[in-house]
Amino acid sequence: MSLTLLNVVAAVIIAIAFVAANAAYLVWAERKGAGFIQRRPGPTENGPWGLLQPPVDGIKLMTKQLLIPGGVDKIIFVIAPVLAMFPSIVSFVTIPFSDTIVAHNVNIGLLMIFVFGSMSAMALLMGGWSSRNKYSMISSVRAVSQAVAYEIPMLITAITVVMIAGSLDLMDIVHKQSGGFWHWNIWPFQKGLFNILMPVSFLIFFVCSLAETNRAPFDLGEAESELVAGFHTEYSSMGFGLFFMGEYANIVIGACLTTILFLGGWDCPFGLLPGVWWFIVKIYILIFTFIWIRWTFPRTTIYNLLNLSWKVLIPISLFNLLLTAGLLKVF
Amino acid sequence: MSEPIVLQPDETFILNVGPQHPATHGVLRVKMTMDGEFIYDAETVIGYIHRMHEKMAENRTYAQYLPNLSRLDYLSAMAYCHGYVLAVEKAAAIEVPQRAEYIRAITVEMNRISSHLVWFGAFVMDLGGFSPLMYAFDDREQILDLLEAITGSRLTYCYFRFGGLYNDIDDDFIEGTRRFIKRMRKSLKMYHKLVTTNIILMTRLKDIGPVSADMCQRYGATGPVARGSGINYDVRRNEPYSVYPEFDFDIPVYSEGDSFARYKVRMEEMEQSLRIIEQGLDKLPDGPVNPEKKPKTIKLPPGDYYTAVEAGRGSFGIRIVSDGDKSPYRLKLRSPTYSNMHLFDEACRGMLIADALAFMGSLDLVIPEMDR
Repeated sequence: MSLTLLNVVAAVIIAIAFVAANAAYLVWAERKGAGFIQRRPGPTENGPWGLLQPPVDGIKLMTKQLLIPGGVDKIIFVIAPVLAMFPSIVSFVTIPFSDTIVAHNVNIGLLMIFVFGSMSAMALLMGGWSSRNKYSMISSVRAVSQAVAYEIPMLITAITVVMIAGSLDLMDIVHKQSGGFWHWNIWPFQKGLFNILMPVSFLIFFVCSLAETNRAPFDLGEAESELVAGFHTEYSSMGFGLFFMGEYANIVIGACLTTILFLGGWDCPFGLLPGVWWFIVKIYILIFTFIWIRWTFPRTTIYNLLNLSWKVLIPISLFNLLLTAGLLKVF
Repeated sequence: MSEPIVLQPDETFILNVGPQHPATHGVLRVKMTMDGEFIYDAETVIGYIHRMHEKMAENRTYAQYLPNLSRLDYLSAMAYCHGYVLAVEKAAAIEVPQRAEYIRAITVEMNRISSHLVWFGAFVMDLGGFSPLMYAFDDREQILDLLEAITGSRLTYCYFRFGGLYNDIDDDFIEGTRRFIKRMRKSLKMYHKLVTTNIILMTRLKDIGPVSADMCQRYGATGPVARGSGINYDVRRNEPYSVYPEFDFDIPVYSEGDSFARYKVRMEEMEQSLRIIEQGLDKLPDGPVNPEKKPKTIKLPPGDYYTAVEAGRGSFGIRIVSDGDKSPYRLKLRSPTYSNMHLFDEACRGMLIADALAFMGSLDLVIPEMDR
């Protein structure tokens, strides 16, 4: 018992370190990626290729004053950024990187990640509501309606995968996809099933994870040309920093989840490297796609976004759910 | 506990967009009465950067006022200087050598392209796409380098003199400009591929911010805003000045009146400006760029003079009332942005805030020019 507890504590510490390092260096990667896309060098001043930029940014943020504006709801205002960061760290505990590298495998891992994932919308609402700023207010209302609209197709698509695997355990979901990359859920021919709509549901899941993490072109929460900075307009110092890191941590989780559900997790297509490296390669390819999309597309508006979810993504994902259920029954 | 945001009796609230807001691109303030995310009413408040340029003219000589013109619309400063020198030359009957007029037209058109490039980048940035701004500024940099080589400044040019130019252009400039034309045509193709045909951009611009031709006429809107609403009016064509009648170019006109029409007008204007520059370089006559004889102090005969030119944002008019003195008795500038902006109050009612700010971007406002 105590050994398990010790394990979990160690795992949480490693998860925090992993999340923080990832969040910090994804900011660097994002800036370098943006530079690459925009034909400019990106950060270069601190360290080779600007690699010391994240720690320097971190020091700057930490040494700044955490300003709490007059008239705000202090408790909620302070809790909100913590709540933006905390669920993503907890989610990491259940994510398996390979057969052996997993902090604490739970047999309802997928459910747990979704539960904690939806808490980040709560953080945005709390931050926006307590700031007592009209821009923040509009932004937080947007963020919540967006989260509600996109969690539904995301969950339905996930349920499709769960039905194929017959388990909520992330390990089982990956094991079900083993044995050659054509067994991955992204392709129409999994074991004992031929479902032509699976590539579409991968796309739906990917779009939903873009929207869930408030990334462009769905970054309506912090649409900087409309709402100044959205829900974190009034935040300074690490209050802002935590929101920022929370966003990047959510991106990593979104990429991990997409990899596990659709890209076969640590299953290697060529059998070259050990599995965990394939897992990491896959998530970083997805993360690069996130960055690439952000610096290419303009932002949509809230109504287009909601229309896309309710009129396109939900019907298609529901149809796919029915189709998969029918196929599973037949085969 | 926090105090809630107070709503007005009709459940609307006031949102102050600006004077410091990323979307207003300057110190413009819009007082919006919002009903949720919808704009119920809007009131633009200007005057945050008023510098009394018109009053300044009254206690300077005509030549001393030249640099002021490029501080109005800092993005297409050449056209404003052009308008002023044309007005003074017409009134004082100063002859301008043909070569100088051609060079003026070439530089004005180059400046128009650079101005539209800034608009293009900033507009797409308003819509949330950041990368096109960097591409546009890269192209604009080429123009600025070329113009810097001949005028000495990169933004606030003071290149035109009464009767001619500050100095002549050289072969490097001509060669560089030809290279730029080639490069710009390629870039425009890329912009169309990257931005114009983007589905998100289209849904955000089509049928958004419709401005009718009638509304344009009521507010006196000119330039790409009017041409996007089906008004076929371009000062270069309708009231020809300088050497523009000798160029073969089209005036793009679209009748939809939405933000996308204004977008297309400006994108095509860049292509037409390239055509004008190309023809100008081909036809460029030899000769001096300054008249042999020109009065040392310029005094306009008493009277009332008006000249209009097509600047980057529309028809820029300059009215000089002279009492025969060294400086004008009264100088009135008719700036296109001032008229174009006042559409906003009426047209943005009932729009979403996101659409309204995209609409504002499509009007291409330069605030210092509006406030003068």
